[in-house]
Amino acid sequence: MNKRYTISVFTENFIGILSRITLIFTRRGINIDGFTASESREEGIYRITIVVHTTEEQIIQLSKQIEKIIDVIKAFYYLDDEMVFQEIALYKIPIDNIDSGLEKVIRQHNARIISAEKDFVVIEMTGHKEETQELLEVLKDFNVLEFVRSGRVAVAKPMETIDKYL
Amino acid sequence: MNDSRIRGAEIVIKSLVAENARYIFGYPGGAIMPVYDALYDYMDHIQHILTRHEQGAIHAAQGYARVSGQVGVCMATSGPGATNLITGIADALIDSTPLVCITGQVASHLLGTDAFQETDVVGISMPGTKWNIQVRKVEDIAPAIAKGFHIARSGRPGPVLIDITKDAQTALGEFNYVPCLNIRSYRPYPKLEDSIIVQAANLINQAKKPYVLFGQGVILGKAEKALQEFLDKSGIPAACTLLGTGALSEDHPNYVGKLGMHGNYGPNILTNQCDVLIAVGMRFDDRVTGDVKRYAKQAKVIHLELDPAEINKNVKCEVAVLGDCRISLEKLTEKVEKRSHPEWIKAFRELEAEEKRVVVGNDLSPTKVGLTMGEVIRHINEFKSDDAILVTDVGQHQMVAWRYFEYKTTRTQVTSGGLGTMGFALPAALGAQLHDFNRQVICVVGDGGIQMTIQELGTIMQTQAPVKVVLLNNNFLGMVRQWQQLFFDKRYSFTELDNPDFIKIAEAYNFKVQKVDIRGDLRQAVAEMFVHEGPYFLEVVVEKEDNVFPMIASGSSVEEVRLS
Repeated sequence: MNKRYTISVFTENFIGILSRITLIFTRRGINIDGFTASESREEGIYRITIVVHTTEEQIIQLSKQIEKIIDVIKAFYYLDDEMVFQEIALYKIPIDNIDSGLEKVIRQHNARIISAEKDFVVIEMTGHKEETQELLEVLKDFNVLEFVRSGRVAVAKPMETIDKYL
Repeated sequence: MNDSRIRGAEIVIKSLVAENARYIFGYPGGAIMPVYDALYDYMDHIQHILTRHEQGAIHAAQGYARVSGQVGVCMATSGPGATNLITGIADALIDSTPLVCITGQVASHLLGTDAFQETDVVGISMPGTKWNIQVRKVEDIAPAIAKGFHIARSGRPGPVLIDITKDAQTALGEFNYVPCLNIRSYRPYPKLEDSIIVQAANLINQAKKPYVLFGQGVILGKAEKALQEFLDKSGIPAACTLLGTGALSEDHPNYVGKLGMHGNYGPNILTNQCDVLIAVGMRFDDRVTGDVKRYAKQAKVIHLELDPAEINKNVKCEVAVLGDCRISLEKLTEKVEKRSHPEWIKAFRELEAEEKRVVVGNDLSPTKVGLTMGEVIRHINEFKSDDAILVTDVGQHQMVAWRYFEYKTTRTQVTSGGLGTMGFALPAALGAQLHDFNRQVICVVGDGGIQMTIQELGTIMQTQAPVKVVLLNNNFLGMVRQWQQLFFDKRYSFTELDNPDFIKIAEAYNFKVQKVDIRGDLRQAVAEMFVHEGPYFLEVVVEKEDNVFPMIASGSSVEEVRLS
């Protein structure tokens, strides 16, 4: 059965590592739903967060294949309830469409306006995909000029840290 | 004060010498020229073998690596030189062969500009290599080569590619070679857990029909003796995969034969009757398992394996013994009871007799007019020494030679297993022979495959490596033709060949030659080939439309193996 999994990969900062990791998904024809990379708590060690829909069997194999890459230190995989995660979304709305209704929507969704330009405003919201998607649906009445959502950033609930693998 | 710095190109060569590389198989060109220039001063320290094509260079390096157990080294220039290595890289990855490939690259200021002979070889080779890197600074050359050798040879071996820009080759730097022994993100040898050994031993001790399948992991892990001692004590019958062949002498009383699509009858059928299946250093390739949904479903599987990614990849196992199989086997031998399984082994022998009656007799001692590939191998067996190395290409001749060649010792089988690379044999045989001129190296090859790398006859001529080339010529791409006959209604679409006069070609390359097309001449010709000291080319014209049996048709179960 397909479920949503998050893979957390800890890697050395080595040129080409992202390509090597994505090739593992490409080869098996698995679509990547979300992808983010940043430095981790440990200096010089990068943390890549990948979201995919797949089976448990497949996610185990994918994680092992990723760990097989020489410059990968460790790959963990989690179900949604084993992580605390967040995504960020930005919405660009034409200034002419702003009325009191928008203020209400922003308040209800815990969003905020981060920039107001001559022709448009940019609204920011962080949350789970379902939440940022819901806001998008509501904002469509105000004519969304642009919309973008980041990949997932996530920390694991299990109290295991990367230190023991170094 | 003297400047102790040397050019990057010289650092490349000195690093290879520091790693005790004996040969470089390569081909020069623009972007690697500084390295070739440096090589000119090191001809007493390392031998360069100039092949006739980069694909020949890498297959020769593979042949050398497979027979010697050392890392094979090959070298090529940028662009087409580098891309010509790719087939060999893919082959070495799937067959776990340790290689270090060094390619020249355009100068770093030209990277990404579509410069002459520029190609993104790091990008192209990424999915085929165990590790690869582009080096753009002279000080990074020696560390990259050190890391490359460590990665290529440790754990599950594989090919590594190091791409060096021309400006890094010409820049000056200090040479201080530090071998790489540890990479913090890389754990080549998982720690064996003793509790797992106990679990595995308990399963084995309770088994009524245990069955060992061994693969190349036994050879790569130098576990041949450990395997033999395990089998001696446990009394379990054992069958080999294509690449595991030779890890156990075929004379061993527990040896029951070969697995897979064209393996032996009993070993395939009885896979679905054993109760405990002990897989040692093998990866359950689809050519071994047939339809995996109907593969050994009744059995509890114990998998001894070094690579964690192989566990449960194709076949689910009950007990995963992760670790070096030599150590695992030694520990298991301590824990298993001394037993014998005469009834169970008898089941293999009965099916073996059936296979002999229906297939082997006709293959080895045919009564029809046309020559069979099998009878050629029979005569080779008659004259070869126990440590003779058989190098094969891909196709019918590969399967027939594998089935009938008598393997007595380890590292005597060199073939392209996982990738099935036609054109592999001729250059691989050269590499195998260069390891030891005193060993017999027999290159059995088909008329299709030899033409993919036939130019390497020139390299054999130049090195005078005494390779015995045995061309089994049926004027067909025989294996494809067999499938067309069996599964495509005899529609022989583009499988028949109009061939050149191979004897003339071999003569042009100064080979001693002989051509045989009647049975009466065969034995004598094979005998003469073995007596001749230098390179030899024997062409045997065999039956055009023979088939290889037994056979597990694609999608069939191992128990559906056909004898005809």
